[in-house]
Amino acid sequence: MTDTREHLRPLLRDLTGDEKHSASAHSTLDVLWVLYDRVMRYDPRNPRSEQRDRFVLSKGHGPVAYYAILADKGFFPVAELKKFRQWDGILGAHPDRNQVPGVETSTGSLGHGLPMAVGMALALRLKQSDRRVYALIGDGESNEGSIWEAIIQAGHQHLSNLTCIAINNHSSSIEFADLAAKFAAFGWATTTINGRDHNQIYNALTHVDDQRPTAIIAEIE
Amino acid sequence: MQTMMRQQMVETLEDMLLQDKRMVIILADISDELFHTQRQEVRERLFNLGIMEQTMISVGAGFALEGFIPVMHSFVPFLVERPFEQIKDDFCYQQLSGKFISTGASYDYSVEGMTHQGPGDVHILHGLPNMQIVVPGTPAEFDALFRESYGNGANTYYRLSLSKNPFETPAQFGKLTVVRRGTQATVIAVGPMLAPTLAAVEDMDVTMLYCTTVAPFDGETLREAGQSSNIIVVEPYYEGVLARDICAAMQHTPIRLESIGVPYRILERYGTPQDHDAAIGLTPQGIRARIARFLQV
Repeated sequence: MTDTREHLRPLLRDLTGDEKHSASAHSTLDVLWVLYDRVMRYDPRNPRSEQRDRFVLSKGHGPVAYYAILADKGFFPVAELKKFRQWDGILGAHPDRNQVPGVETSTGSLGHGLPMAVGMALALRLKQSDRRVYALIGDGESNEGSIWEAIIQAGHQHLSNLTCIAINNHSSSIEFADLAAKFAAFGWATTTINGRDHNQIYNALTHVDDQRPTAIIAEIE
Repeated sequence: MQTMMRQQMVETLEDMLLQDKRMVIILADISDELFHTQRQEVRERLFNLGIMEQTMISVGAGFALEGFIPVMHSFVPFLVERPFEQIKDDFCYQQLSGKFISTGASYDYSVEGMTHQGPGDVHILHGLPNMQIVVPGTPAEFDALFRESYGNGANTYYRLSLSKNPFETPAQFGKLTVVRRGTQATVIAVGPMLAPTLAAVEDMDVTMLYCTTVAPFDGETLREAGQSSNIIVVEPYYEGVLARDICAAMQHTPIRLESIGVPYRILERYGTPQDHDAAIGLTPQGIRARIARFLQV
């Protein structure tokens, strides 16, 4: 955990100006790192390869950690980070798939990403692909009704190729007492982990259900 | 029995699903019962998600991200108005291609009240850059225009209606059709407004243009065909949508413009679509009176 922060610190240092979303940005850092460093299959030189796993930053907010990791993994030059939110940069305060290599979906308006991820998972199943879709939502984003539409739909469709990581940093104005139970009620396999513990994150991301979509509740203190 | 546009949609889509593996149909319960085919290659690409229209659009975008061409369908309020932001963000901003087919134009579902009516759809969608808008006048026109524009890589909205013209007119995507030429005015009728408008101007010396593609608007044909500075547009939705495009097309040319359509107000009555037509003057007599007053004849 500390090693990751040390590794990414020079990159994160360049990404300034969005401090109001600092909690949102840094709560995702460990999950994203494990996902991109040890779990997902991708080729940064061919970011739209059919053979890639897909990642959707559903909440779109606070993409600082996301950008730093994409740069670190070679999707775009590290120098681009210094132009975060600048006129001549490609990195906005919400990611744009048409500008940023490696970004699958343009998000920022809450509640759009997970439903799109459901569509992508249905499409991959139709294509008989064994690739996987990972979507990251926030507990604040989970206030949106469309998130629950997507959760109902994914459970109904038995989308076992979909993993939803819910970062629970308790930023929601509405307290979700047991987020995992709510996913489970709609037919998801669920697990709750410490969102800073890399071993727990890795185990949760790699032990998925073969009949149901998987929800990982990543608790952040 | 005459084919309705909605039934034609089902026949067209089922046929095209067999021909094009890229197509998927995504429904939110509405019209699911009309798709009768049990052919597996159709059923496996037809998804009824239940009553969740925002997710219908976003799931469609997910399919588009994976290379499919999604077709989404519902009543106007549930296809255009409730999930407007999903259309805007997930399709337009992401520069994906989707096909959106509505049913229940303006006050087609008159007895259901304003929650089920949709006179504002074209007005709303015309605010989205590059959104194509097609208003067919007959079921056969829908079939032809859909097939012509389906694979064009754009976002296209098809507005189906209960009302239709009792005759066929040549219609090409993106083009105005010159129905007849005259000198006193240029009259543009959109979709099912052609029949009542033709009846209204039967003995008038006017150029008659037929519009089935509202966006992109064919300004070139308007400039070429228009012999008069008097322009009248008759639209089956909230009036005035095409005024901007007409003014842009006739830039630097002085014109007089009359927009005839559904008045820009909340519709409060029930009854039949014909009752609404009569009340707001979208009848041959009502249209004729507006045009005559405008032309002072």
